[in-house]
Amino acid sequence: MSTTLGDDWEMVIGLEVHCELLTATKLFCGCRNAFGDEPNTNVCPVCLGLPGSLPVLNTGAVERAMAIGTALGCEIRPSSFHRKNYFYPDQPKDYQISQYDEPINTGGRLELPDGSVVGITRAHLEEDTGKTLHVGEGGRIHAADHSLVDYNRAGVPLVEIVSEPEIRTAAQARAYVAELRAVLVATGASDGRMEEGSMRVDANVSVRPAGNEVMGTRCEIKNLNSLRSLTRAIEYEADRQVALLDAGGTIDQETRHWDEEAGRTSTMRSKEEANDYRYFPEPDLVPLAPGAEWIERVAAGIGPLPAERRLALAALFDGGPTPAQRDQILAVVDLGLDPLLRSATDAGVPATLALARTANEVATDTDAALRLERTSFATLLGLEANGTLSATQTKAVLAVLLERGGGDPGGIAAELGFESLSSGSLAATVADIVAAHPDEWARFVEGDKKMTGFFVGAVMKATGGNANGKAVTAELARLAAP
Amino acid sequence: MTVENGPAGAHPSTAALSRADVVHVARLARLDLSEDELELFTGQLASVLDYAADVAALDLTGVRPTAHPLPVVNVLRDDVVAPSLERDIVLAMAPSVEDDRFSVPRIVGEEP
Amino acid sequence: MSADGRSARRTAADIASAVAAGEESAAAVLDAHLAVIESREPDLHAFVSVLGDEARERAAAIDRSVAAGEPVGPLAGVPVALKDNLCTLGLATTCSSKILEGWRPPYDATVVRRLADAGAVIIGKTNMDEFAMGSSTENSSSGPTRNPHDTAKVPGGSSGGSAAAVAAGFAPLGLGSDTGGSIRQPAAFCGVVGMKPTYGAVSRYGLVAFASSLDQIGPFATTVADAALLLEVIGGHDPADSTSLDGPAPAARSRLGEGVDGLRVGLCAQLLTGAAPDVAARVHEAAEALAVAGARVEEVSIPEFDYGLSAYYLLAPAEASSNLARYDGVRYGLRVDAPDAAAMNRATRTAGFGAEVKRRIMLGTYALSAGYYDAYYGQAQRVRTLVVEAFARAYADHDVLLGATAPTTAFAIGSKADDPLAMYLSDLFTIPSNLAGHPAISVPFGTGDDGLPVGVQVLAPALAEPLLFAVAAALEVATPQEETVP
Repeated sequence: MSTTLGDDWEMVIGLEVHCELLTATKLFCGCRNAFGDEPNTNVCPVCLGLPGSLPVLNTGAVERAMAIGTALGCEIRPSSFHRKNYFYPDQPKDYQISQYDEPINTGGRLELPDGSVVGITRAHLEEDTGKTLHVGEGGRIHAADHSLVDYNRAGVPLVEIVSEPEIRTAAQARAYVAELRAVLVATGASDGRMEEGSMRVDANVSVRPAGNEVMGTRCEIKNLNSLRSLTRAIEYEADRQVALLDAGGTIDQETRHWDEEAGRTSTMRSKEEANDYRYFPEPDLVPLAPGAEWIERVAAGIGPLPAERRLALAALFDGGPTPAQRDQILAVVDLGLDPLLRSATDAGVPATLALARTANEVATDTDAALRLERTSFATLLGLEANGTLSATQTKAVLAVLLERGGGDPGGIAAELGFESLSSGSLAATVADIVAAHPDEWARFVEGDKKMTGFFVGAVMKATGGNANGKAVTAELARLAAP
Repeated sequence: MTVENGPAGAHPSTAALSRADVVHVARLARLDLSEDELELFTGQLASVLDYAADVAALDLTGVRPTAHPLPVVNVLRDDVVAPSLERDIVLAMAPSVEDDRFSVPRIVGEEP
Repeated sequence: MSADGRSARRTAADIASAVAAGEESAAAVLDAHLAVIESREPDLHAFVSVLGDEARERAAAIDRSVAAGEPVGPLAGVPVALKDNLCTLGLATTCSSKILEGWRPPYDATVVRRLADAGAVIIGKTNMDEFAMGSSTENSSSGPTRNPHDTAKVPGGSSGGSAAAVAAGFAPLGLGSDTGGSIRQPAAFCGVVGMKPTYGAVSRYGLVAFASSLDQIGPFATTVADAALLLEVIGGHDPADSTSLDGPAPAARSRLGEGVDGLRVGLCAQLLTGAAPDVAARVHEAAEALAVAGARVEEVSIPEFDYGLSAYYLLAPAEASSNLARYDGVRYGLRVDAPDAAAMNRATRTAGFGAEVKRRIMLGTYALSAGYYDAYYGQAQRVRTLVVEAFARAYADHDVLLGATAPTTAFAIGSKADDPLAMYLSDLFTIPSNLAGHPAISVPFGTGDDGLPVGVQVLAPALAEPLLFAVAAALEVATPQEETVP
């Protein structure tokens, strides 16, 4: 349920997700597909739309689109390209080459971690536009004095994934985009970086009386560039529509812009002003008809998908993970950190410890985590598991490992002055403290459980908190043994 | 997105071309027409469309549209980087440049 | 004509072999042609730009190669007139439009590179109807080209500059583009050979698009053999054009000497209906000549051709309306300033495009717009299917088809300027081959009652260029009188 709508209303949400594909080159020319290069350096006659230039389709983009279709359970079909005609300075040819009535992927589904399923209408190929910079008045379009265009992004391959209007809450919309992102990353088709604009979301939102089957009038919200924007915009928009309807008003079908700072949506374009895109078949390209052998080859190259990887992690927990651990597993797989976690459990580290360290400490810096040497991580957690390092020490060593991208955990522990806590020195510390407290020791040996706490506390105090509690307990038990 | 172009019906719409149609089309095509041009073009376009009425009136139910003269599929290139143009050459073509970008007057209305 | 004019009338094949053998310098060949240009160009205006300096450098380079014993191509030292919608690296390419004035492409069209590889010398960029939209070469920002046979007449169009240049002896070879007849009709009007290849046989990369699914680059020449030679040089697969056919260029010269004995020729009624009596008479004489040479000539009726013109004038403007959207004042070419971007687009396009281009952009925009797509564009695409199927039926019984290239001989400058539909009708006979993507050629065959050249058109199935040129060569041999030198 939405946090804002009451029981009387239901949201109907369909999402269009544009995903930039991780190819070496653009969709129709050999210019580099790269983010952040100097403006107008990755351009050629084709992606600048110079007179006489012609597009040639990129195999890499087609294969990534097919991989996305496969991962979403779509039918991969013969397809063709159309021209979508509209004038805009960031569109070099003043038309966009896109797939229209014959998309490459149709009819898939995405199962979300909570078990709900959202239908996928289609996932088609199209080209991206250039980037426009609005100059003057804080870069806002309406107040800009003039605009500057960089065509490096023009022609970058996109797949637009269109969901069925089957999403019912903002939280489900968020879960859908998060899961979709994880799937796209898993297929290798996308880096999933919403903050760099490589995934962009438009939301079609309508409301209807709960239990009603008829769709309400929908508004399309543009410019949702983070999961937070997506959730806020949908909730704002649903509330706005409900307030309008409650007051006896009607909803105009329109395109609305999400203003992240103001936290509200506003009219961009009404249906009456809607563009007449004059779609027609792109005469400069021929149809695409991938054969079964090609489709199978692409499918075979796709690694395990997030749902499968979550199941694999859950299976590491005897009796299953706790609800909190399930949430951690979800986060770890979303971030693509499960191979790191598995490297530790494969080395014998208990799953509970490996998950806790991955979800809590490692996940704070995903970029560093994805670079981290897996053997370093596994070795470090092994030292914590066998009591050589305390939790506090492990975290300190881990921070250094993340910074350096790897290294020898034992050596780093030494650098940090944790040598005193090698197992030998721990035993010496415990022995010293036992010798200093003969009465308490006698009670411990007789089975007084309270004395365990006394000795562990004393050892902790002596080591400045750097001892491993479990290791101390084990050492006490060893000394007390007959 | 929605798909609007359905298959051709037996009786497609070919209402006579009006002045308002020509105004609408000029707006879509980003052309300004004077009153005289509007008058002239409405007449000339109407006569061409009138000539094409024979085609518009044919019952072609069941005939496949031909978008392309030759039946070729799957023309692709490898995903290999080719040299881009020198930026100086690219920007030298432009009517107006600022900060290594193409400069345009302010944009009214958002991207479609 | 200067003494060197004799050399200017020689065939490309002769020139190339003389240059390659070191018997004649490319520089001398070029100078001879530049001299002809100097004397007659002021009357004709065949060129948008004459590339004297660039051509001299190029000719000198070829002469150095010959002197050094290096291999030179099959067009060594042959001047070629290039339609100004073919991109030339660093050299103005205007499409005879104000909107592209001053634009220097940062790349060469594929055909331009192939010409260079073959040793050809580009002598100039020729005048045309703006963006290839027209049948008279009157719709040019630099003014009309005149017919070398009668300067009060149009040279045809849209490739009228290339046709006039070859007819006037400015260059033995020319390149044009043919979307609905824009090579064949001016070839007929100017009394030269003009040929539209199979769609996809010649790369369109670097050809400024008019209607992409119909456009095709093709040769002009004074002889059938020269036209075939030029096609072999420019044709063949190009990975930069997705619609380029696999495989090498058509072996256009492979059957040139074979004659037409035993060939089945269909004299197509629809390619004569509405033709002037003198034009129709020449076509019938051509048919007889082929029969005398051993062909079996039969009349054939292809009623679907009657819908071709309507379909063409919906399809071509529709594609053009999209192809010409990019001239918006942002990245290259003309900009007319205005307070906001959309107003700047409008001001630029309004000032930069001529009336015929605007008319076709409007027509095409209308044909694609919501509510009319099915009635016009969709319907025209289905007519295209009918035309393709009708051709297939005709070719089941005939090897080639024969008809007129244009309904009349060259008409007077200005006579159709105010009636677009009348102008469009001059493309009636050439359009079916564009709709089907088939090759066709116009061969000069005598003159009309006005003494102006008449062109006879031969049509052949896709990739049947060798056959097409064989029939054209037979017609050339049978031409009723010596070619009139304008």
